[in-house]
Amino acid sequence: MSDITKQSLSELIKNIRERKISSTEATKAFIERSEKSKELNVYVTEDFSAAIEKAKKFDQKPNLDLKLPGIPLAVKDLFCTKNVKTTAGSKILNNFTPTYESTVTKNIWNEGAILLGKLNCDEFAMGSSNETSFFGSVQNPIDKGLVPGGSSGGSSSAVAAQLTPITIGTDTGGSIRQPASFTGTVGLKPTYGSCSRYGIVAFASSLDQAGPMSQNVRDCALLQEVISSYDEKDSTSIDFKRNNYSKELTNNIKGKKIGIPKEYRVDGMPKEIEDLWKKGIEYIKDCGAEILDISLPHTNYALPTYYIVAPAEASSNLARYDGVKYGFRADGENLIDMYEKTRSEGFGAEVQRRIMIGTYVLSSGYYDAYYLKAQKVRKLIKNDFDEAYKKVDAILTPSTPSSAFKIGEKTNDPVSMYLNDIFTVPVNLAGLPGISIPAGHDSKGYPLGLQIIGKAFDEQNILNIAYAMEEKINFKNKITDWWIK
Amino acid sequence: MSKDKSEYLINRKDNQYEVVIGLEVHAQVTSESKLFSTSSTKFGAEPNTQVSLVDAALPGMLPVINEFCVKQAIKTGIGLKAKINKRSVFDRKNYFYADLPQGYQISQFKDPIVGEGKVILDMPDGQKEVGIERLHLEQDAGKSIHDLDPKNTFVDLNRSGVALMEIVSKPDLRSPDEVNAYVKKLRSIMRYLGTCDGNMQEGSLRADVNVSVRIKGTKEFGTRCEIKNVNSIKFMQMAIEYEANRQVDLIEDGQSIDQETRLFDTKKNETRSMRSKEDAHDYRYFPDPDLLPLEVSDAFVENLKSEIPELPDEKKKRFIEKFKLTPYEATILVSDIETSNYFENVIKKSDVKLATNWIIGELFAALNEKNLEITESPISAGNLSKLINLIKDGTISGKIAKTVFEQMMEGDKDPKRIVEEKGLKQESDPKALEALIDKVIDNNRDKATEYKSGKVKLFGFFVGQVMKVSGGKANPQLVNEILKKKL
Repeated sequence: MSDITKQSLSELIKNIRERKISSTEATKAFIERSEKSKELNVYVTEDFSAAIEKAKKFDQKPNLDLKLPGIPLAVKDLFCTKNVKTTAGSKILNNFTPTYESTVTKNIWNEGAILLGKLNCDEFAMGSSNETSFFGSVQNPIDKGLVPGGSSGGSSSAVAAQLTPITIGTDTGGSIRQPASFTGTVGLKPTYGSCSRYGIVAFASSLDQAGPMSQNVRDCALLQEVISSYDEKDSTSIDFKRNNYSKELTNNIKGKKIGIPKEYRVDGMPKEIEDLWKKGIEYIKDCGAEILDISLPHTNYALPTYYIVAPAEASSNLARYDGVKYGFRADGENLIDMYEKTRSEGFGAEVQRRIMIGTYVLSSGYYDAYYLKAQKVRKLIKNDFDEAYKKVDAILTPSTPSSAFKIGEKTNDPVSMYLNDIFTVPVNLAGLPGISIPAGHDSKGYPLGLQIIGKAFDEQNILNIAYAMEEKINFKNKITDWWIK
Repeated sequence: MSKDKSEYLINRKDNQYEVVIGLEVHAQVTSESKLFSTSSTKFGAEPNTQVSLVDAALPGMLPVINEFCVKQAIKTGIGLKAKINKRSVFDRKNYFYADLPQGYQISQFKDPIVGEGKVILDMPDGQKEVGIERLHLEQDAGKSIHDLDPKNTFVDLNRSGVALMEIVSKPDLRSPDEVNAYVKKLRSIMRYLGTCDGNMQEGSLRADVNVSVRIKGTKEFGTRCEIKNVNSIKFMQMAIEYEANRQVDLIEDGQSIDQETRLFDTKKNETRSMRSKEDAHDYRYFPDPDLLPLEVSDAFVENLKSEIPELPDEKKKRFIEKFKLTPYEATILVSDIETSNYFENVIKKSDVKLATNWIIGELFAALNEKNLEITESPISAGNLSKLINLIKDGTISGKIAKTVFEQMMEGDKDPKRIVEEKGLKQESDPKALEALIDKVIDNNRDKATEYKSGKVKLFGFFVGQVMKVSGGKANPQLVNEILKKKL
């Protein structure tokens, strides 16, 4: 079957269940296409031969009742995978192979899925273009020389290029939604506490969440249903009633109230984005939902707040990479010298920049002015959403202030790079779920996304809205396979 | 030293200096597993055999609070008559060291689990109250071993993540003796509670000692120095003594004291500068985002209160009131939970007064000599009780009892059997005694005459002779009575 890789996850599952294709066939098909797609540089670690073995084993005694029966898939290289190298896109972990499995990936394998390999990402998930990875930048299948977004750039590129039927990323400030938007795919950042952080290389603990990245909303709902679980090994995991998101998925959103926050009309917003947003509003109305203007007054402060909180936590979370226990070590004259050389050589420039920002904002004399103030503003941002949700069921915004940019275009301008996250970071700061769906193209033909932000634990609602809109939008990704010779 | 015995002062020329001491005691929580992981805390295991993925800070590993350790900390707080904070926060204390795998220690900075409390000390000149500033929970670090290899340092992470309680006193202590009493009392309270075994050899109890001096009568505190990580009471006392004198000398010399962290060199008996205030670490404390604030309910605390045993102060009061012990005796007997248990077991079936004397006197001396703890005593409470009863009912004299006791210390258990086998039973038959006494008088006719003519002092001589002839077994009371009649 030559068109296996063109199938969505749901189609693939259906075909495997109906024994039209085997897991081995599916696995081989994605591997074959991946082999032809090296130029995209999505893989840090390929685990292809093991994947075929697992697929064969699955086919010998297929359990078709599982939610992901024999489905091959690749995951972001931020998830620790037992006996498979896990790098977080960093030189400092280039030789690190965990002896343990993250809860989220364990949930996936428990439902019958098979690991294809580990996908490229920005180093320690710090970046918006996948250009900070030690393993090089990733090509966006939309066009040559285009970034796939970040930090889950390998993941977004792999899904868009159909090298994996679905994947998981992590989102600390937009790292699922922004790359989804850049590649014409769907990405969900779940409510903080929905997916366990156990076994995920930490960037900023109070913001990090794993989430699905897929070709369509139904697939996204299915994977969310698999990965979301209460986990005692993560103290911030929340024990709430989780839906069968895919089963309960409906396009009936009649009467839902959707808020349009005026503060998201930022200065200098490209007209294309403005128009896309307007189109989104029309789609929502077409679905029978109601549009309300709302205000999230502290939106302007979200980005600076994020760029204090996230680096502060990161500076501490990354202290463990010191060359003592595991990972890269540079020789030194003494302990301090070894630390300095290890961390200077092991971490890339962006990671070092954030460690320094984080160290600075936590230092005595600056703590109150930066970190403490940021925490207060974070509370205000959360309060804004709480207020808004008294009136509306969900909020619609653009996912990003622009479409995908060129590789190298913003690498020397960190602030303009950080601005990519302007619509996504408030959601992380407030711990809310947000989904980006492809909603149109810009004049260059690059995809653009819209973001639906929900109430905490209300993933079902935003999935339903996304599902209803998806039907109206009828987006078609323009993938030309330009990289396949 | 001062002339007033109770006051510890340092004299120089015209000035008398008072020493101000505050202690930060690090007490290892008695718990099977670590503060945020399930690895064992057992002492003395092979290096790096009690290290979980969390303790070694592998990527993506997360701390999960051990509820038992929280209970232990709250119990200790209750024992210190302290305020229990229903909401406390775990912070990260960031610094780099080879034996600190996370690159930070999880501790409590702004919001500790226990607030202000107090400890009562029994000093020779009366009671003294020492304020407790706070108690917080934190992780221990691993251990760096520098002397196994000329070039490399080895790291043992068995201790990494073990739960510690840091108990911070107010600067209320004024002498090495008070520090001794304070640490012992703290240790005693925690041992009563079962929250810390107080074993200083195994490092279960260590302290940072803050010392400053000021001219007696001054209100303001002097600049303090912190002596880090002193692991015995004796060393604490020595360090304070040295440090206080060092500071006084500096002041007398017209110099000022630098606020700094110092180390106590036990071999040279001196403190040395470790780092100055300027070099002090900036620990960049901030709330650990991996852990939610720790919240406990009233019911949770009340429930723990109901589990609190009788503590030394209350027990002392009861011993004095119920058993009519002197405060001195009571203080000694309650100082350690094991001692007080032993005492109470002995007096279940025997005389309180005798038991008190025998435990504080003979038993303590004998144990001391053999360097044994009361729990290791060769004489069980039951057997000591039997021995005391043999004295009480006149079967043996106090003097013979000492012989029996010595035998018992050698591991010979039953005092009754010892008395029988060795024929140590006291002679209390009046007829047998009369015969003995007649014989003694007969042999000492001249002295008997002298006695009768008024030299009453000779009575003691006759008692001695009778005892001697009887091999020490004659009942001394009866001997007295009969002798008086006969002479």
